[in-house]
Amino acid sequence: MGSYIVRRLLLAALVVVGVSIVTFILAYLVPADPARVYAGSNATAQTVARIREQMGLNRPLPVQYLDYVSRALHGDFGTSYKLQTPVLSAILSRFPYSVELAVAGIVVELLIGIPAGILAALWPRSWLDRGVMGLAMLGVSAPQFWLGLVLLYTFGYVWPIFPLGLAQGPTSIVLPAVAVGLGGGVWYARLLRSSMLEVLSTDYVRTGRAKGLSGGAVVLRHALPNAITPIVTQLGLDMAYFLGGIVVVETVFGWPGVGQLAYQAITNDDIPLIMGTVLFAAVLIVLVNIVTDLLYAVLNPRIVYT
Amino acid sequence: MRPELDTRKHRWWRSALAAGVLLALAVAPRGIMAHGAARTADSPVHGGVLTQGFQNDLATLDPAIGYDWNNWPAEKMVFDGLLDYNSGTTIVPRIAASLPAISDGGRVYTFTLRHGVRFQNGREVTADDVAYTINRVLDPKTKSPGSSFFLLIDGAQDVVNGKAKTAKGIQVLNRYTVRFTLTQPDVTFLNVMAMNFAYIVPKEVVAAEGANFGHKPVGTGPFIMKQWIAGQKIVFVRNPHYFLPGVPYLDGVTFLIGLAPEVALLRLQSGELDMLGDPIPGADFIRIRDDPRYQNQLVRYVQPETSYLTLNTQMKPFDNLKVRQAINMAIDKERVVRIRNGRGVVANQVLPPLMPGYDRSYHGYPYDPAAAKKLLAEAGYPHGFSTQIYVLNVDPQPRIAQSFQHDLAAIGINASVVPLASATLIDQASTPHKTPMVWSGGEAWLQDFPDPSDFYGPILSCASAVQGGWNWAFFCDKKLDDTAARLKGLTDRSARLAGYRALYRAVMAQAPWVPVDNDVAYVMHSPHIHGGATDFAHNVHTFFYERLWKS
Repeated sequence: MGSYIVRRLLLAALVVVGVSIVTFILAYLVPADPARVYAGSNATAQTVARIREQMGLNRPLPVQYLDYVSRALHGDFGTSYKLQTPVLSAILSRFPYSVELAVAGIVVELLIGIPAGILAALWPRSWLDRGVMGLAMLGVSAPQFWLGLVLLYTFGYVWPIFPLGLAQGPTSIVLPAVAVGLGGGVWYARLLRSSMLEVLSTDYVRTGRAKGLSGGAVVLRHALPNAITPIVTQLGLDMAYFLGGIVVVETVFGWPGVGQLAYQAITNDDIPLIMGTVLFAAVLIVLVNIVTDLLYAVLNPRIVYT
Repeated sequence: MRPELDTRKHRWWRSALAAGVLLALAVAPRGIMAHGAARTADSPVHGGVLTQGFQNDLATLDPAIGYDWNNWPAEKMVFDGLLDYNSGTTIVPRIAASLPAISDGGRVYTFTLRHGVRFQNGREVTADDVAYTINRVLDPKTKSPGSSFFLLIDGAQDVVNGKAKTAKGIQVLNRYTVRFTLTQPDVTFLNVMAMNFAYIVPKEVVAAEGANFGHKPVGTGPFIMKQWIAGQKIVFVRNPHYFLPGVPYLDGVTFLIGLAPEVALLRLQSGELDMLGDPIPGADFIRIRDDPRYQNQLVRYVQPETSYLTLNTQMKPFDNLKVRQAINMAIDKERVVRIRNGRGVVANQVLPPLMPGYDRSYHGYPYDPAAAKKLLAEAGYPHGFSTQIYVLNVDPQPRIAQSFQHDLAAIGINASVVPLASATLIDQASTPHKTPMVWSGGEAWLQDFPDPSDFYGPILSCASAVQGGWNWAFFCDKKLDDTAARLKGLTDRSARLAGYRALYRAVMAQAPWVPVDNDVAYVMHSPHIHGGATDFAHNVHTFFYERLWKS
């Protein structure tokens, strides 16, 4: 197991390096001048050219990349052109909010997905089952921006139960979490339903019932842990994706996470910030995937990594 | 079953129902609540905090660096310059005790400072601080986007080129007197000294904070920046030792960052926000504008801005004058204003209506598609030609570009629309021989200061017709350049303005652009915030926070 983890970490490092090179090249290939974005639309061409020189943007691309890497290894990820703040501190100051939203979103997904999935599996092809699956289709299709605005309007303005956007106060997480988790939640229900149906028809479940175990014990203690694997996979993917920043929901709600930062960076061709947010997301995705794979071994003792 | 248990369960449900009803009533839908008329006070009162919503965070509060119309009003809260504007476009002294003494035919400006103006860290402002501030803007290491405005100071070019540390044209005569010598007479120097780049900064704080000065600004201004949580909020509080009496009225201003315009509007309507920092979202605009409840909460103003369609004079067939003039006659400008839901006024010339030097008697090219088609044929294109219109990809700009496409098709020109993201559009448009037509909507020219020279030098002069410049028509007329240079030195105001009217008529005769409209903006505020129209929408400062008050 130890050598497995070491191998995975080395591969992860390679992936991150590859991502950094591709992102760096892409950011420079985009026909946009970061010096112009910094200087604003009214600065003269000559001023912009001088600023370009000062920013070191006229150096050859490999030189700029190696300079970036050597500083990054010392923890200096550069300064955002547009925000005029160090990239790393900008990302780290926003990361707790992204974590909060990611965790809250997943909690909503599980709170919706697990009960709905179990119930749909216990009464297949009933109105409950069809209703849940129909909602799954709607939930996955509903654009998060629209959903977010509808939630804000209904529960923040018409019935002012929750705050109207921003991260102010303990209840401000609720609406963004629902916007994040609603679509995924009904999708989890669908996943769990299929998995449960399979598991409920296995021999050991029938044995359990024959032994006289109550319905609840069979479902929750025996069927669910075996059926939960696809959800764990999806959860891992979701967590990795969410932690990198949920751009749309963060923008609608004004939730100050990394996603909002990444979006602004891209529209401004703010290369240091683009590099920072992309690398940050890449590292998280790779690490969370490793953790998820290790989690399988914990949940299912039959799985062994060599 | 035990009877007592049953009763308890029953009572629990009843309590829950009662609680539910009470909760529903407590958070009753807004439709049920009455909207009372706001009580307005007649004269300013002191106190209150104004909260304003913005989608994007400010880039910086460093006056040497901030160069957009979000930073500028905020910098004006924390800093002051030697000069400022009154409620209109007249220059008045601010940190200077009076307007400067001008000598040597308009080449030398001598400023005397007020005594006792203090930075927010307690230290008095002296002439040394003025010299330091301007030299800092010129220093290439500062990376100031506004350094070019100060090149008219003698010796400034050497500082910008890294050959000198200070400009020899900036002299400190004594503790409260500073003298500027220009390379040649230029009456716009007063406008330049009233710009944000010339707001006075304390040397010791800049040295201590370094690159972080923009996030920990210390100036002389009416408000102190107390707290900046990046991406969330910025808090300003009243400066109790401000050198001008009576202002500001507000106890503080708070910016809430990250509010999408739709959400900011909801907050304002529910009373949780005092003012919108971004425009009213397009989808809600007409409803808000026409709602009688919001009549005294909207301030409408024509921006000192012109949106135009550039015709690349260096690319065929736009190098042909008749082609450019024909296109000028083919564009339906009224339709563009309709697409903007009325948030614009038709433009027929380069300058916007509120700019000194605007020519009220000039009518520009008439909208006459038949004449346009004839002129196009005379130019040698009876069957038209194919071309592209580059445009910003943010609504409504692509729809406006499609309107032009429709107009051009009517005279035989087949134009395809190319929508691009902002940074990319700017890059392409400022590359020579790349973009035949550019609709500048969303990236149009907004004044730096209220002087007609500002619409020539940066966007129509030969010096700006280069890679990376904003002269997207790549228009270059040396004779007009010489005229513009001469006009900068004319001290006789009416002769000067007459000269600009003639200059811009000459530009329009060559038709490098189709001037389409001047943007109209609406500021929306809550009924508790008061001020004159020019306090909400000042020509130069936009939100003039020190003049606003709350009831």
